[in-house]
Amino acid sequence: MTTAIQVRKLTMVQAVTDALKTMLQEDESVIVLGEDVGKNGGVFRATEGLFDQFGEERVIDTPLAESGIVGTSIGLAINGFRPIAEMQFLGFIYPAFNQLMTHATRMRQRTMGRYTVPMVIRAPYGAGVKAPEIHSDSVEALFTQIPGLKVVIPSNAYDAKGLLIASIEDPDPVLFLEPMRSYRSFRTEVPEEKYTVELGKASYQKKGNDVTVLTWGAMVPDTMKAVEDFEKQQSASCEVIDLRTLYPLDKETIQESVEKTGRVVIVHEAPATGGMNAEIISVINDAAFFYLKAPVQKVTGFDTPVPVYSLEKEYLPSREKIIHAINQALSY
Amino acid sequence: MNMLEKFPITQYISEEGKTVHSEATDITADLVKLFYEKMLRARMMDKKCVNLQRQGRIGTYVPYEGQEAAQVGSALAVEKGDWMFPTYRDHAATMTFGHSLRNLLLYWVGRIEGGIPPEGKNIFPPAVPIASQLLHATGVAWAEKKKKTDRVSLVYFGDGATSEGDFHEGLNFASVFKVPVVFFNQNNGYAISVPMEKQMNSKTIAQKGLAYEIPSIRIDGNDIVAVYLETKKAVERARNGEGPTLIEAVTWRYGAHTTADDPSKYRDQAESDQRRTTGDPLLRLEKYMKNEGLWDEEWVTTMENKITNEINTALEEMQNYPDPSIDDVFENVFEKPTWTLDEQLKQHRSIKRGQMS
Ligand SMILES: Cc1ncc(C[n+]2csc(CCOP(=O)(O)OP(=O)(O)O)c2C)c(N)n1
Repeated sequence: MTTAIQVRKLTMVQAVTDALKTMLQEDESVIVLGEDVGKNGGVFRATEGLFDQFGEERVIDTPLAESGIVGTSIGLAINGFRPIAEMQFLGFIYPAFNQLMTHATRMRQRTMGRYTVPMVIRAPYGAGVKAPEIHSDSVEALFTQIPGLKVVIPSNAYDAKGLLIASIEDPDPVLFLEPMRSYRSFRTEVPEEKYTVELGKASYQKKGNDVTVLTWGAMVPDTMKAVEDFEKQQSASCEVIDLRTLYPLDKETIQESVEKTGRVVIVHEAPATGGMNAEIISVINDAAFFYLKAPVQKVTGFDTPVPVYSLEKEYLPSREKIIHAINQALSY
Repeated sequence: MNMLEKFPITQYISEEGKTVHSEATDITADLVKLFYEKMLRARMMDKKCVNLQRQGRIGTYVPYEGQEAAQVGSALAVEKGDWMFPTYRDHAATMTFGHSLRNLLLYWVGRIEGGIPPEGKNIFPPAVPIASQLLHATGVAWAEKKKKTDRVSLVYFGDGATSEGDFHEGLNFASVFKVPVVFFNQNNGYAISVPMEKQMNSKTIAQKGLAYEIPSIRIDGNDIVAVYLETKKAVERARNGEGPTLIEAVTWRYGAHTTADDPSKYRDQAESDQRRTTGDPLLRLEKYMKNEGLWDEEWVTTMENKITNEINTALEEMQNYPDPSIDDVFENVFEKPTWTLDEQLKQHRSIKRGQMS
């Protein structure tokens, strides 16, 4: 007997809802909380329908207080629940930084495992949707340096569901960043049943031989387009890798690809200084230094606050900049 | 203690436009006309912006329709030299205090220039992270106190903002250091979709001042006379070295939280619209003016025409404004750009040039 696997084409935001629903259904201890996540279904509709289906005890509109949301989630997590807290935008997580940095990520160590914090914080992030000021920050690297925190960023609907479920099932705190530019811009096939995508594992978006391009989040589709344009004009081929988890990085996949190509381009929209580009270069330095044929190239945002929206296009890594970097990598 | 009894809603002019407070007579006919003109201007500007957003000519916009009395009345109670700290919803206040309509429109098309205050006026750029501005207002006013001036801060925030730690820290600092700041809360009933009853168990916002020994008052935020006179009193107290005041102005937003929000998801919009015929701040003042023999249709029409022209001029100025430049982003991170900024801008320019050639 075969069971037909139900597959639908979903947007990323629908896949997020689907993952939340799957886990709310499966595990009584899972709760969703945050600002406007209940009755309103979230400002991006990521929790649409969940309040009606699961009730206000499990899908909770909280007071407007990020430190409150994360701080109480720590307590809930330690005392038997699996809270999934939403920050309305990553740019508003800062009041909760203290709770993340000083408690969520240290409790396991401080109690040698007596208390653990299995919680997920979800937050939309990134520029490119003409959002008002502060809403467009891409500050993943502020969090990858917090010891004890995993940082996950899906780039498509399939991964969003699988990675979010894996994050919810993870025994430790996970920051799950959702690139809002990709929330509704395209659909991918998403199975109806539960599945996970392992944390800490990158994915090949495209195989190639000459240049490795490493990226994540909303820069994945942008990079794929740039690479496609590049390959139409040049004979060289690119290997595009979506890192998907920024902490811990998938060292093996990076190493495997760099050993093959010897040339690397890193693309991210966060500011350059202290950004993930530096950490990835460090991993390459350790894992594949002698395979490098050219200095690692990077395309990043600027060391400026993300500009208001009339200038955000200039801020975001452009197709031209990505192609330029690929050419640079190849020119040595 | 019943907080609703302890903090009754102070009213000067009833919904029928009748004087219900002995001090309401302090208001001159000229002032009443000024109130009306500024509220009309605010409302017309707001409607224009909502329309411009619908036509795709400006970005996501935050409307304040229904809250004109609260914003205009309080803004008229401060003077040049005082400081104003708006949120993203308080442009009725800032435009009344002197912010240019052109810059206001520039803000809504995502231009940096939108945050620049007019020459000679102290207006902070709108605070987007909720409640963060209460601390700046307290700090600025604290500085005025240290400098021994009589200048004050007027800071706006919503009901939801009172849940943030920054709200409590701001009130406590202001109280401890007896800082000349007026905390002006617009309780419009909702923080996006969350009604006040779900945001807090407290029956009023005003009672939150009790904990910090800050004199607090709850007023009818749609009664511009109450707003103006009570804010004036708070401002005078601050000027006289008597420290902070918390004002809770009870009001209502008719429309969506922002143009990206759909209020029908969480409330009955028909009920909200119903308030236009009962609690509206402009309508109330109109009734009052009629009762006092101050209403003059011709004068209103003249005002409307004048305001329409002013708005259209501002719109033209916004549209003809020089294109935005990424240089402004780089040049305004530090007083002097660092080498990383210099290198990044240079590279950015060179790739752009290549792209054009
Ligand atoms: C720190 C922070 N968290 C979340 C948001 C997103 N947000 C914008 S407005 C808003 C509701 C604010 O409600 P309230 O303080 O009552 O003011 P109102 O918008 O009603 O004027 C929220 C949650 C934000 N801007 N800042």
